Amino acid sequence: MKTSVFIGALTVAGLSAGVAAAGTLDDVKARDMLNCGVTTGVPGFAEPDANGEWQGFDVAVCRAVAAAVLGDSTKVQFVPTTGKTRFTALASGEIDMLARNTTWTFSRDVDLKFEFIGINYYDGQGFMVPSALGVSSAKDLDGATVCIQTGTTTELNLADFFRANNISYEPVPIETGAEAVQQYLAGACDVYTTDASALAAQRANFETPGDHVLLPEIVSKEPLGPLVRHGDNEWGDVVRWTLNALITAEELGVTSENAEELAGGTDNPEVNRLLGTEGTLGEMLGLDAEWAKRAIMTGGNYGEIFSTNIGEETPIGLARGLNAQWTDGGLIYSPPFR
Amino acid sequence: MSDTHAQTVAFVRHTEIPPAPPPPGQTGAVKWMRENLFSGPFNTIMTLLGVYIVYTLVVGIFPWIANGVWGVDNIRECREITQGNGGACFAVIEQRWQQLLFGFEYPSSEYWRPTFAFVLLFVAVAPVLFLNLPRIMLAFTGIYPFLAYFLIWGGTILIPITALLGFVVGYFAFRRLERNSFAAGLFGAVAAALITWWVTGFLVQAAPNFLALPEVASRNMGGFMLNMILGTVCVSLSLPIGIALALGRQSHMPIIKWICVIFIEFIRGVPLITLLFVANVVLAYFFPPETSLDLILRVIIMITMFSSAYIAEVIRGGLAALPRGQYEAADSLGLDYAQATRLIIMPQALKISIPGIVNVAVGLFKDTTLVSVISMFDLVGMIRGPILSSTDWAGVYWELWAFASVLFFVVCYGISQYSQWLERKLQTGHR
Amino acid sequence: MTIATDPPKESFRLSMLINDTRYRSYTFQAIAVLALIVIFSILGNNLAQNLAAAGLNISYEFLGDPAGYDINQQPIPYDSQSTHMRASIVGALNTLIVAFLACVTATIFGVIAGVLRLSNNWIISKLMSLYVEAFRNVPVLIWIIIIFTVTANVFPQPRDFRGDNPTASMVGDAVAFTNRGVYVPKPVFEAGGWIVVAVFLASIAGIFLWRRYARKVLFDTGRIVPVFLPSLAIFFVPALLAYFILGRPIGLEYPELRGFNFQGGLTIRGSLIALWFALAIYTGAFIAENVRAGILAVSKGQTEAAAALGLRSGRIMNLVILPQALRVIIPPLISQYLNITKNSSLAIAVGYMDLTGTLGGITLNQTGRAIESVLLLMLFYLTFSLTISALMNVYNNSIKLKER
Repeated sequence: MKTSVFIGALTVAGLSAGVAAAGTLDDVKARDMLNCGVTTGVPGFAEPDANGEWQGFDVAVCRAVAAAVLGDSTKVQFVPTTGKTRFTALASGEIDMLARNTTWTFSRDVDLKFEFIGINYYDGQGFMVPSALGVSSAKDLDGATVCIQTGTTTELNLADFFRANNISYEPVPIETGAEAVQQYLAGACDVYTTDASALAAQRANFETPGDHVLLPEIVSKEPLGPLVRHGDNEWGDVVRWTLNALITAEELGVTSENAEELAGGTDNPEVNRLLGTEGTLGEMLGLDAEWAKRAIMTGGNYGEIFSTNIGEETPIGLARGLNAQWTDGGLIYSPPFR
Repeated sequence: MSDTHAQTVAFVRHTEIPPAPPPPGQTGAVKWMRENLFSGPFNTIMTLLGVYIVYTLVVGIFPWIANGVWGVDNIRECREITQGNGGACFAVIEQRWQQLLFGFEYPSSEYWRPTFAFVLLFVAVAPVLFLNLPRIMLAFTGIYPFLAYFLIWGGTILIPITALLGFVVGYFAFRRLERNSFAAGLFGAVAAALITWWVTGFLVQAAPNFLALPEVASRNMGGFMLNMILGTVCVSLSLPIGIALALGRQSHMPIIKWICVIFIEFIRGVPLITLLFVANVVLAYFFPPETSLDLILRVIIMITMFSSAYIAEVIRGGLAALPRGQYEAADSLGLDYAQATRLIIMPQALKISIPGIVNVAVGLFKDTTLVSVISMFDLVGMIRGPILSSTDWAGVYWELWAFASVLFFVVCYGISQYSQWLERKLQTGHR
Repeated sequence: MTIATDPPKESFRLSMLINDTRYRSYTFQAIAVLALIVIFSILGNNLAQNLAAAGLNISYEFLGDPAGYDINQQPIPYDSQSTHMRASIVGALNTLIVAFLACVTATIFGVIAGVLRLSNNWIISKLMSLYVEAFRNVPVLIWIIIIFTVTANVFPQPRDFRGDNPTASMVGDAVAFTNRGVYVPKPVFEAGGWIVVAVFLASIAGIFLWRRYARKVLFDTGRIVPVFLPSLAIFFVPALLAYFILGRPIGLEYPELRGFNFQGGLTIRGSLIALWFALAIYTGAFIAENVRAGILAVSKGQTEAAAALGLRSGRIMNLVILPQALRVIIPPLISQYLNITKNSSLAIAVGYMDLTGTLGGITLNQTGRAIESVLLLMLFYLTFSLTISALMNVYNNSIKLKER
């Protein structure tokens, strides 16, 4: 009876599919919409607010790319993905880029044929325990029950850590962060482990955050970054240099407030190249000259995005740490714009 | 014997004694309780146990509802007000009910559209469910899918109209060509419909904003609305497919029969969730490289396949329940296979199968919650995802799950009551 | 199905392929085969193209690689260095464990509720209706999550058992109910322990033999041989005798609180409990309806006829009502068991490591081998369902009314 809905929808899908061209960049431009894969909800990184608007650190990268490519930061279709579905969604072309806390690993880069275009957050897997437990090191956790949020490299790191230290544990794998927290708070596990940033973010929501401590051990390197499909280098370049533009902007002191003003021309040639008043960087990418300026003006430079979404003034309260600019002793470093 | 007759009787009563009132223990509430609650030691124990269970339920739930908090903004304020008196935090439902019902991306100014479509759904299914309503209402049932598509998805009204037009043209082509042969009619109808869609496609492209409602992408559907959409669309689509599969399975052509058997048994042998995994992580590989069907369409395809296999089995049961004489009578009238099936067999088989189909539909509707596992934000997905992970409402479980349970209960209980009513009605018809 | 009355003509015209019923079925089947081939070749071609474009291939070699993750419930030895294949087998066994437990429990719940729903006791029958309707009409996924939340929030934490004034205590120093699961004593087999088990199994077989013998005597001679008490004796006596003669070779290992958790004993984890009970209660509601329908399907005349023959009420139930009711109950019961097995794949919602959690979950996540994993996953469930269905058909044929 409802065949028409199906056929109608098929027609719509067919029409939109009909205009598909070779490269992702052309696809995105033709579609006038960027499909960006995000998580189903990690506070501070990607979650829909009460009005249904996606907010967060990873979301800001998507918006910056949309602003650079399409000139409008609202032209993003956010596609929630789980740990299971994200790679297929990207590989099959359902999304153009994946900006979800995804760890850059060898096998994902090489075997699964994806291209990590950079690192927007240096993370590591940490442990959270109730302070009442009196545990000060993860090595004291022999026999503990550990809640794990599945789907990232968490399970593997955890298994490696406990095997290396020859201590036993009882894994409790949980699909969503919210349910893992629920189990942890109910005392169904002694320890909750996931990326340290997510631990901090979720602890901020607790009734009494002070009753829980993060253990000093960070058991893994978790460089998180956006990724695109292997083999479409033009599109990879666009996303990579949009991220680099945000990072460089912070280094050069270009913010969402002064970008317009600086675009009038400055004495710093790199700022000029970044904002498109000098050179033809945008043209080389297949974009216009002001692509980076729009990206920066969307949510600000890397530092602004960090502080509005997950910085110390927000409930998440993360310090810059490793994610400070290299000039401030961190690891955030962008190749030069020239 | 003869002795008794021989004796004379001292006293014989000629008038009837007025009936004495029953003993107090044998009337009214006391009698009812004695018979129904305390008829023996075992029964008495069971009754006391039952009363105790009811008591615990009431004592457990009453303060939770009575002390419920409304009208605050987040769980912390809720906790301040309840101060551990066991009250619920219904404010989450008050604040997020729109997201729970429509998903968080459906534009709030357009909520009237799915609501209106939902109300019209009752009008559309009424003539199908209640056979004594005027048959003219079936015309509305025919139009409804197009209307609902227009209301929920929006866009220009030309798309549903041309789609409807294609069906109408196909129908008339069928009527004309059917006189030659059923197969010719069928192929002619399909061809006519396709040509109509192809031609009118240009019209749609030429006037994309003709009488258009704001368009809503299917990705933005969510909440309970998504469950309703998946349920109704998939059940409706799977009816014709299920009929075809059931007929195919009963067919005398071995190849057709085996194709249907393998399809049905395969689908019925695997859990729905694996089919959803297929929709989510595998199906995309089977489409041409440049197309990208969005997730909701792929899910609709898989759930439709799933439910059509189950509906096929129900209809097969209906076909098997028909007396052999019906088939033979149709043959002896000289009807060919298509005519016999369409005019004699199917109307009766479908009538017998309706309760079974309704049961499948209820089961399927409940199973649409499984899409939350593949990151779609249906009612369950909304709760597990955005709401429980949000800063404001992390930790409010019972209220949300109670809300979801009540919604599903109302719909499913209503449908199953209808199904039971129909079963009773059909039963009397057969005896 | 009209039958051609004319003698077949020798000449064959092309239009006969459509119009002649003798040939038409071949035409249709040829079209169907052709369509099938076309569809599959298009799909296969698309698959090959897409995989080539993404630089991927179909390969099952990942099954031999180390899985790298741990599984908490291991019916067979497993550690993080075992292969993905072994992880899948562990998952499959866990699926079968939860399915078996849930089937047994669901049957018990269903039979009790189904019988009580027909009870004369007003409160009890209404309570059972409430149970059946409440569970039948709410999705099982919601029930699983609710029961998981209940187990996590209602039972005490292990640390509540600690200290001088613990807020929780073990039941009889043997069983601990915690929100991580239930810890029960585990039997420890010493030398000769297996003999006791073997004796026990043999005595169960003995009970069946005794019942058969009693039945045969009843049918041959009409003499009633007692069944219940001898069965009870066969059940307990030999095993207990063997146990004591062999010097109590089976001990119990009690769980005790050490470190973070109870150690020792047998752990029934919270995720297993949630899934087990949610499936059992949910499916129990459906089974209750089947049982009720089965009992109602036996007409009252049967009871009355049996009573007229002078049978006592217990025998009426055993010899007249149950055999007939079972014939109605068993087929839908088996399909409910299949439903339990299929619904157990929802384990993913509570983190129970069944096959969907290992092969279809972490293995799929870590290797990215979506097509292969999902295919294997479906194959497992399909094999299981078809096997049960085949057994079911055999059973159905054996209890079918033998019409004379």
